[in-house]
Amino acid sequence: MSVKNEEFRPVIVAFCCNWCSYAGADLAGSSRLAYPADVKIIRVPCSCRVNPMFILRAFEKGADGVILCGCHPGDCHYSTGNYYARRRMTMLFSMLDFIGVENGRTRVEWVSAAEGVKFSETMNSFVDKIRSLGPNVRLGDLRCKD
Amino acid sequence: MQRIGVFVCHCGSNIAATVDVKKVVEMALKEQGVVHAEDYPYMCSEAGQSRIGEAIAQKKLTGIVVCSCSPRMHEATFRKAAERYGLNPYMVEIANIREHCSWIHKDMEEATEKATILMRAAVAKVHLNAPLQAGESKVTKRALVIGGGIAGIQTAIDIADAGYKVDIVEKTPSIGGRMSQLDKTFPTLDCSACILTPKMVEAAAHENITIHTYSEVEKVSGFVGNFTVDIRKKARMVDIDKCTGCGVCQEKCPSKKTPNEFNRGLNNRSAIYTPFAQAIPNVPVIDTDACIKFKTGKCGVCQKVCQAGAIDYTQKDEIITENYGAIVVATGFDTIKLDQYGEYAYGQSKDVITSLELERVMNAAGPTKGHLERLSDGKAPKEIVFIQCVGSRCSDDRGKPYCSKICCMYTAKHAMLIRDKYPDTNVTVFYIDVRTPGKNFDEFYRRAVEDYGVNYIKGQVGKVIPQPDGSLLVQGVDLLDQKRIMKKADMVVLATAIEPNPDVRKIATMLTASIDTNNFLTEAHPKLRPVESPTAGVFLSGVCQGPKDIPETVAQAGAAAVKVIGLLAKDKLKTNPCTAKSDELLCNGCSTCANVCPYGAITYETKLINDHGIREDRRVAVVNSALCQGCGACTVACPSGAMDLQGFSNRQILAEVDAICR
Repeated sequence: MSVKNEEFRPVIVAFCCNWCSYAGADLAGSSRLAYPADVKIIRVPCSCRVNPMFILRAFEKGADGVILCGCHPGDCHYSTGNYYARRRMTMLFSMLDFIGVENGRTRVEWVSAAEGVKFSETMNSFVDKIRSLGPNVRLGDLRCKD
Repeated sequence: MQRIGVFVCHCGSNIAATVDVKKVVEMALKEQGVVHAEDYPYMCSEAGQSRIGEAIAQKKLTGIVVCSCSPRMHEATFRKAAERYGLNPYMVEIANIREHCSWIHKDMEEATEKATILMRAAVAKVHLNAPLQAGESKVTKRALVIGGGIAGIQTAIDIADAGYKVDIVEKTPSIGGRMSQLDKTFPTLDCSACILTPKMVEAAAHENITIHTYSEVEKVSGFVGNFTVDIRKKARMVDIDKCTGCGVCQEKCPSKKTPNEFNRGLNNRSAIYTPFAQAIPNVPVIDTDACIKFKTGKCGVCQKVCQAGAIDYTQKDEIITENYGAIVVATGFDTIKLDQYGEYAYGQSKDVITSLELERVMNAAGPTKGHLERLSDGKAPKEIVFIQCVGSRCSDDRGKPYCSKICCMYTAKHAMLIRDKYPDTNVTVFYIDVRTPGKNFDEFYRRAVEDYGVNYIKGQVGKVIPQPDGSLLVQGVDLLDQKRIMKKADMVVLATAIEPNPDVRKIATMLTASIDTNNFLTEAHPKLRPVESPTAGVFLSGVCQGPKDIPETVAQAGAAAVKVIGLLAKDKLKTNPCTAKSDELLCNGCSTCANVCPYGAITYETKLINDHGIREDRRVAVVNSALCQGCGACTVACPSGAMDLQGFSNRQILAEVDAICR
């Protein structure tokens, strides 16, 4: 798939935990720290709420990149949720890489409620990365094919 | 099928200047199930809320989406509004088109497109929302205050005066904190001990206050209204009930070479010690690292001289478990280490000291009995140089990026006191800016300059060089006169940056309270909820939240107490209904969910299950909704997909994903 003449506008889904990263995104907002509009945030209570299925679905529906943000290790509002998320995503991203969704299209970042700057920088760098990778291969659900 | 209303807020021009709100309304009306959409300048206003109410009534709405600021700001407002107009509060979803859209994007077309997508995701989610009922949990009417400095003491007294039980846990052998180390306090020059010790006594004598000194919080579990805390009471080796505080043991103790922490290591103390004369409780502790009895087994002098028979070498640390409804963090501060500031010759010369050390030098109970003298040779200094912002307002990673806030004022205080008591001693202050915003603060600083002749030089010091004759050569610049300055001094005092107590990180982790990059605890809202942590039931008092002076600390301590009292005054709290729920038909009783639950909220019961006509006893997971905090760890861990989270269900999140990727 080649990038057309018009600028490639990736679809990026960001899962943010309510307590740290979502608040970090709010701080980025109130501090007017810009990042591309390609990023759309979904609020989850904790990074451990993110089922690998959600990420697969995003890639099935045409997302070009998915990023999961949570509290820093040790700072999880629910004590241990981000550790579960970290392990699950390590597994999932490795599998995604195997089936053709490059590692660059998936990312886990820890952003605290006080890190508006980090949130903005993270999103900028992630969008840059996705733009450099170009559009993603859409995952298909083979079960529905003949 | 839901009947959904979409309400798009202009937020004045905050949203409307970047997002075409009319367009978002137009697009909303094209969404399936949306039967009403409108925009309004301030949706959160009374008028805005009543428009929502009218639409709920007239259009028989079953769910609403408010496109506005962050749900962390106004979700509660709109949920309450919905409830007031007869809609279940959990049928409300917020599309954050301000913080996550209008404030960070400049291009109107792009921002409008994004706002539309965020609106769509919220509509898709609300389609799948179900009415939820908040449960209730009881409130333990007792508070814990971590830290026994002025912040903790004031918070505890205020809570206790309202009639609630309070426990103070203090790490050191006495309450009093940093304030007990200070000599005088700005801007009135009150003697610090004179105003602090009555408060200490009041706390100790208060029938509602229990003080655990030489104790540390070991473990915290539970949630707002129902915390369970393990407190380690370290072995004092002195029976607190028998000791009369006569002090003979300290006099006779042969081990007297341990740096005295209270005097910042400027002199030594005995192995058995009370930190200072007015300590509460006035009961010493044995420093087992320094005690000869503990090191060699031979000595026991203190036990021999103690007429009360209070010395007990066999004491062990004790763990006590208590229940609390609220926890206040008042862990205070320390000054930063100066290892990386070699240029100021701190550590090379005994006559380069920090301001906190100067407090001890000027204090009558300090290492020099309150005489201002050089620590190297005991001579009276004739030239003293103060250096401001040592490690504060620092752009490299040696120091701290923030202003420590108290240094300008205490330096003015030190300078004034020295000039008052020793008029033939010259005082020079090198500063970047003099910051004196506070009641009677600038007047105080001007008195130092105008009445006491303190020499203020705008400029920084590059180097302090110890001279062979014992003096110090201070190399600096005068920025106003644009010249380099070489000044000989007898003593240099460094206004060292303050930082949160290093233990605060550990405590924050235990409390799951968030912390910022400088280790200050984060408040729930920087302006509107400054004494609450984002973690419900955890409150902040004093410098653990950010640099403050004593008046501000006391004010904040009172504010934290009011919040605690407001919480403890309730008999029941509404619990978050967004809890996990297990589908008994799908559950195979494997225990995976219980293993990942951080709250022990999942148990197993054998239940008679009717699985499509097959009736059998099965072991199934049951969620205790009072304990479940709604993190969702179990929902992903469940191998059979039986566990789901209400309010953030699999289908809801997938619907959001679909709407975004559409």
